[in-house]
Amino acid sequence: MTFTADSRFHRQLIVFNGLLPSLLMVVDGWRGKLGANPVEFVTRATGVLTLVFLVLTLLVTPLRKLMGWNWLLKQRRLIGLYAFYYSVAHLLTYLIGDRDWQILTVAADVVKRPFIAVGMLSFLLMVPLAVTSTNAMIKRMGGKRWAQLHRLTYLITIGGVIHYYLIVKSDITYPLFFAVVTALLLGYRVWVSLAKAKSN
Amino acid sequence: MSGSSKIPSSEITPEETFLNRRFFMKSAVWAGSSVATAGLYRAFAPRPEVASVGSVIASVAEPAVQSVLAANEKINSFGEIAGYNNYYEFSTDKSEVADKARNFVTNPWAVEVGGLVQSPRTFDLEELLKMESVERTYRFRCVEGWSMVIPWVGFPLAKLLSKVQPMSQATHVAFETYYDLKQMPDAGSAGIDLPYVEGLRLDEAMHPLTLMATGLYGKTLPNQNGAPIRLVVPWKYGFKSIKSVVKITLTDKEPPTTWNLANPREYGFYSNVNPTVDHPRWSQARERRIGESGTRETFMFNGYAEQVASLYAGMDLQTHF
Repeated sequence: MTFTADSRFHRQLIVFNGLLPSLLMVVDGWRGKLGANPVEFVTRATGVLTLVFLVLTLLVTPLRKLMGWNWLLKQRRLIGLYAFYYSVAHLLTYLIGDRDWQILTVAADVVKRPFIAVGMLSFLLMVPLAVTSTNAMIKRMGGKRWAQLHRLTYLITIGGVIHYYLIVKSDITYPLFFAVVTALLLGYRVWVSLAKAKSN
Repeated sequence: MSGSSKIPSSEITPEETFLNRRFFMKSAVWAGSSVATAGLYRAFAPRPEVASVGSVIASVAEPAVQSVLAANEKINSFGEIAGYNNYYEFSTDKSEVADKARNFVTNPWAVEVGGLVQSPRTFDLEELLKMESVERTYRFRCVEGWSMVIPWVGFPLAKLLSKVQPMSQATHVAFETYYDLKQMPDAGSAGIDLPYVEGLRLDEAMHPLTLMATGLYGKTLPNQNGAPIRLVVPWKYGFKSIKSVVKITLTDKEPPTTWNLANPREYGFYSNVNPTVDHPRWSQARERRIGESGTRETFMFNGYAEQVASLYAGMDLQTHF
């Protein structure tokens, strides 16, 4: 079996590497090595990891079309589920660490602070995508409708980048990095569809 | 594989070798990807704790003006105080500042004190370190919502100002941080205009709680904490306590301040700790004390209301935030 056909191997690799940052975080937490402000670090790390996995899902299509790496398609839902996994961790860190489980204050926070609202909305939009990530759901919805629904990823990623940009105090290096990457990946899709429209 | 019968049997890879090769390739991909992922995580993870490299400063405890901590408050560890710093000239990552500031040259050093004063002059570090020092344990509340308790060593700013004799028309004091792109190569991406500048009203500057700190935990300041000399104004948000001061100027108008210039809607000139005035993007009602798991209530003027509230009598603190 060639490397590109060994999807079981791809799956194992992605499962392990996706889990690894959270495992290291747990180990660091256990040893008290999460720095002076562990809540801040875990919040930022899980947020950034959510964005990383969202961007990776958006990277699949360009890599297939430009490099011919079609084997990546089979792993895309798994990558997307990791984005969801880290967004749940991000939300839980906020609820426990920042809000002390005072769920009622969350509503006030959402209303009062645009960056919380944007983050919360992006998270809520991820829920239907995670729920419909099974083979059975694709079958039930039909491939076309399923694909349409999962284009929400575009909005979610944009929301995630805005959420990040709105919270930094002055150094916008990292949010800008994600903004540029997201713009390139979405721009590629616009460019492809424009080129297609022209040739028709 | 019947079509391959023309290949001489000597060129067919034996199954065992083929499987071995695949095993090694797979192992290599496993190892490579795990190392890359873990390495990427490590690159962004908090740095290990730092140890003190300062030298001892002779100082006396001065309980009369020292703030009294509540029974449930304890002094933060040296590692916490020296390993979690906002010093944008070196890095915007608080856990990285200690490492990035390691080779910062703070000796020789001079602080130029001038403006509306009778006898302007430059103080060199040696003279500043010889000033009679006191220990002051203060709460330190960052505008970001975290706080610490820090055992500073230093002398009241009023003592330094009395040496240059402010003129009667002086109303404010302006401060400036050392700035040098050669020593601070990452300062360009800080997102704020540098050199860092701060300011106080003259009565705030003369207040006995206002300290010029030259050390903490009985030793000279670590570079990342603003060595060799910094301002400490315990009832204001941390960014008012300007680090590595090289210039102090008495003026007759409110001086520009860095965060106010960067975002006037979010950071006012006064920036007194005030749980009733939220930062536009987050609440200031509570704070995370470094080293504690939950959050605690933020006090008016950071718990120093008794000593400083009179400075702001009659002022609307919602407008003068």
